[in-house]
Amino acid sequence: MAIEILMPALSPTMEEGTLAKWLVKEGDVIESGMIIAEIETDKATMEFEAVDEGIMGKILISEGTEDVTVNTPIAVLLEEGEDASAAVVSIAAAAPAPAVEVAAPTAPPVPAAAPVAATMPQDSEIPEGTEMKSTTVREALRDAMAEEMRRDEMVYLMGEEVAQYQGAYKISQGMLEEFGERRVIDTPITEHGFTGIAVGSAFGGLKPIVEFMTFNFAVQALDQIINSAAKTLYMSGGQMGSQMVFRGANGAAARVGAQHSQDYAAWYAQIPGLKVVMPYSAADAKGLLKTAIRDPNPVIFLENEILYGQSFDVPVLEDYTVPFGVAKIWREGTDVTIVSFGIGMKYALEAADRLAEGGISAEVIDLRTLRPMDTATVIKSVMKTNRCVTVEEGWPVGSIGGHIASTLMQEAFDYLDAPVITCTGKDVPMPYAANLEKLALVTTDEVIEAVHKVTYR
Amino acid sequence: MAAKKKTNKPNTSKKDLLHYYREMLLIRRFEEKAGQLYGMGLIGGFCHLYIGQEAIIVGLESATKQGDKRVTSYRDHGHMLACGMDPKGVMAELTGREGGYSKGKGGSMHMFSKEANFYGGHGIVGAQVPIGAGLAFADKYKGNDNVSFAYFGDGAANQGQVYETFNMASLWKLPVIFVIENNQYAMGTSLQRGSSTPELYTRGAAFGIPGESVDGMDVLAVKAAGEKAVAHCRSGEGPYILEMVTYRYRGHSMSDPAKYRSREEVQKVREERDAIEHVRELILQGKHASEDDLKSIDKEIKTVVNEAAEFSRESPEPALSELWTDIYAEA
Repeated sequence: MAIEILMPALSPTMEEGTLAKWLVKEGDVIESGMIIAEIETDKATMEFEAVDEGIMGKILISEGTEDVTVNTPIAVLLEEGEDASAAVVSIAAAAPAPAVEVAAPTAPPVPAAAPVAATMPQDSEIPEGTEMKSTTVREALRDAMAEEMRRDEMVYLMGEEVAQYQGAYKISQGMLEEFGERRVIDTPITEHGFTGIAVGSAFGGLKPIVEFMTFNFAVQALDQIINSAAKTLYMSGGQMGSQMVFRGANGAAARVGAQHSQDYAAWYAQIPGLKVVMPYSAADAKGLLKTAIRDPNPVIFLENEILYGQSFDVPVLEDYTVPFGVAKIWREGTDVTIVSFGIGMKYALEAADRLAEGGISAEVIDLRTLRPMDTATVIKSVMKTNRCVTVEEGWPVGSIGGHIASTLMQEAFDYLDAPVITCTGKDVPMPYAANLEKLALVTTDEVIEAVHKVTYR
Repeated sequence: MAAKKKTNKPNTSKKDLLHYYREMLLIRRFEEKAGQLYGMGLIGGFCHLYIGQEAIIVGLESATKQGDKRVTSYRDHGHMLACGMDPKGVMAELTGREGGYSKGKGGSMHMFSKEANFYGGHGIVGAQVPIGAGLAFADKYKGNDNVSFAYFGDGAANQGQVYETFNMASLWKLPVIFVIENNQYAMGTSLQRGSSTPELYTRGAAFGIPGESVDGMDVLAVKAAGEKAVAHCRSGEGPYILEMVTYRYRGHSMSDPAKYRSREEVQKVREERDAIEHVRELILQGKHASEDDLKSIDKEIKTVVNEAAEFSRESPEPALSELWTDIYAEA
C-alpha cells in the first residue's frame, strides 16, 4: 500500500514552508529515520526524517518550491513491487480526505503568510513620496536593533539563544556576525539572574536589550524588572535610572498550552516607571523599537510570534522612529470606534472590513504604546462616533479595555450612546485542544457582535 | 561561633589604624543616633542597623580604588558612610527629608550615589547580587580594570538568583567580589537552621569561584583578604567570594526584639570580639596615640553625627510636587 509523505509543520505557528532540497531520489530505498529532505521555514532550515520505510516512488513537489502548505502531499512511498504511477493515481483519487480533515473549517489557520490585507494609512512622520519596502515584523525588529547598535556602542543584546543560534525566533539573525560576542551575548537559561545582571549593567551606564524567548519566562525575572529597573529612578530621587529594553514574544502562539500562552500587556502597563509598547505592523515594530532603545527608561516591548512572519510596508528611511504615546488611526469611520493594539489589531481590522460590507463605518485605532497611552485620540474619536469597542488578547479582569472604558466614562460620559464593550480573551488558562483554544481567544466574530450591540443594529 | 585570635600586624601604619578607628566609630555612633531618632519617631518604616559589622565595610573600602563600585542590601548605612557619602545626606534620607540622598523618596533601604559609585541600598533580599555582577559586566564591557563589590547576608546566600549569578559571573569572568556578611542570623533564623551547609565561602565551588572565610570582626584581616580578592578580579581572573564571619549586635531591624538569641551570646561577642575595641587596643599598644587623643577623635565624631542629626531634623519634608517627579527620565 503506497504511503503519502506530507509537508510537515515544524513549529507551532508554521503554516507553509519551502521545500529546499530533496536528499533522496525516486527509486531510492527509504528507511525509517532517514533524512530525506530539507525544509525551510521563516525561522530555520530543518531536516525532515522519513517515518515509514519503502521505496521513494514519486516526488510530487520538486525542490525549491516555495509556500508549500502544511499537510500537502510532497512524495509517495511505495512498498516493494508496487507500481509508482498506479499508486499516485489511486492516492490522487482519495486525496481530498486527509487534506480536508486537517484544514477543517472549525479551525481556520491564521492567514499568517499572506501579506496583511489592510493598507497602512500614511503616517504623518513619513514624508510624502517615501519608498516603501515589504518587510516582515521579524526583519523590522532585527533592523531596528542593528541600526541602534551601529549608532551607539553602549547598546548590547543579551538573552537565550540570541547569538550562535541566531535567535529562538530568528529575530537576531546575523547580529552575532556583525557585532561579535562582546555585544550579542548568549545567556544560560536563568531569566532572574541575567535580567538582574542587565539591570546592573544599565546602572553602570550600558544600554541593554534583554530578549526573553517569550514573556512567559520573564515572570521569573519580574522582581528585577519591577523592583530594580522600574523603581530605582524614583527611589534615587532621579539620580540613577536604567536605560534598557526588555523584548520578546508575548501572548498566545498556537497550541502551546497555558504556560506558554499569555498576554502580559495589562500587567506591565500598570507599573509606573516602565514604558510599555506593543506594536502591530512591521513599520511600528521598527520605529518603536528604535525609540525604545534610545529612551532613557526601562521599556517593555511586547512582540507576537504569529505576527513575526507577517509582512507590512516599512518606509525606507535612514532613521525611522515612531514616538511613544501617539496612537495611530488605521481606518477612519463614523459609527463606532474600535480600539486595539498588537495582534488584537488583526481582529479589529478584519471586523471593520466585514462591518463595512454591512454598512457600518468603524474607526480603528491602534494604541501602539500602552504606557504612555494616547487616550486623547480615543476620546476624540468617541466624541465623534459615540460608541466604543476594545479588543485585546489578554484576560478581562484589570484589562487595558477596562481601563479605556473607565477613562471614557470619566472623560466622555456625555458622548457615549452605549456602554463600552471590552472584547478580551476568555477568563481561563489557555487550553491545548484546538477547538478549545480557538474558543479561548478573542475572535473577529466577537468584535463584530460587540459592534452590533453598541450600534443597536 | 568560636572567638578568633585577632590579627596584629605590627607594620600597620599609625595613619591606617587611626583611619580604621575613625571610620568604624563614625558608623557606630551614626547608627546609635539613627536608633535614637527612630525611637523618637523621626525615622519611620524599616531601619536596619550595622552595629557590630563595621570592620567589614571599612576594611574592604580600604582595598578599593577610584571607580570601583558597590551595592548592598537594606543594611546599608555603614556602606554609604565608608564610601564617602555625606552623613548629613544619609541621615536626612532616614528622616525622609528634602536634603536626603533620594530627596526623601527612598528611605533607609533605598539610597544611591552615582558620585560615590554606591548603587544601593536594595530592599529585596538577594536582588543586589546580580546587580553587582551587572556593574562588573559594565566595567568589563567598557574595558577598564575596576571591580564591583556585591554585599549580601547569610540569608540572601540561599537565594536562587545568587547561584544564577555565580554561574554567569564565573562563565563570563566578571570582576565582582561577592561579600557574604555572615552575621549568623537571617532575621530570626540562625545559620544552622537555614543553611544545609554552613560554610558559605564554599558555595561558589560548584561554579569554580574561589572563596575564603575571614574574621569579619578584624579589620586588618578583612583588608588583607580584600586586597587579595581585588588583585584576583583586577587581573581578569573572574569573581571571588569572601565570607565575612561577623555578628550584629542589634535586632534585624528596629522592630525586632531578637528573642531568638540570648543576651549573653550578644554580650560575649561585644566583650571578646568587638572590631572597634580591637583597633583601639592596637593603637594604644603601639603607642600610636594616647587615650586623650582617642577621646578627642570620639568627640569629633560625635560632633559630625550630631550635626547630621540636626540637619536631618531641620531639612524640610520634600515639596508635595515631588510626588510626581523622577518617575521617568526625560527622553
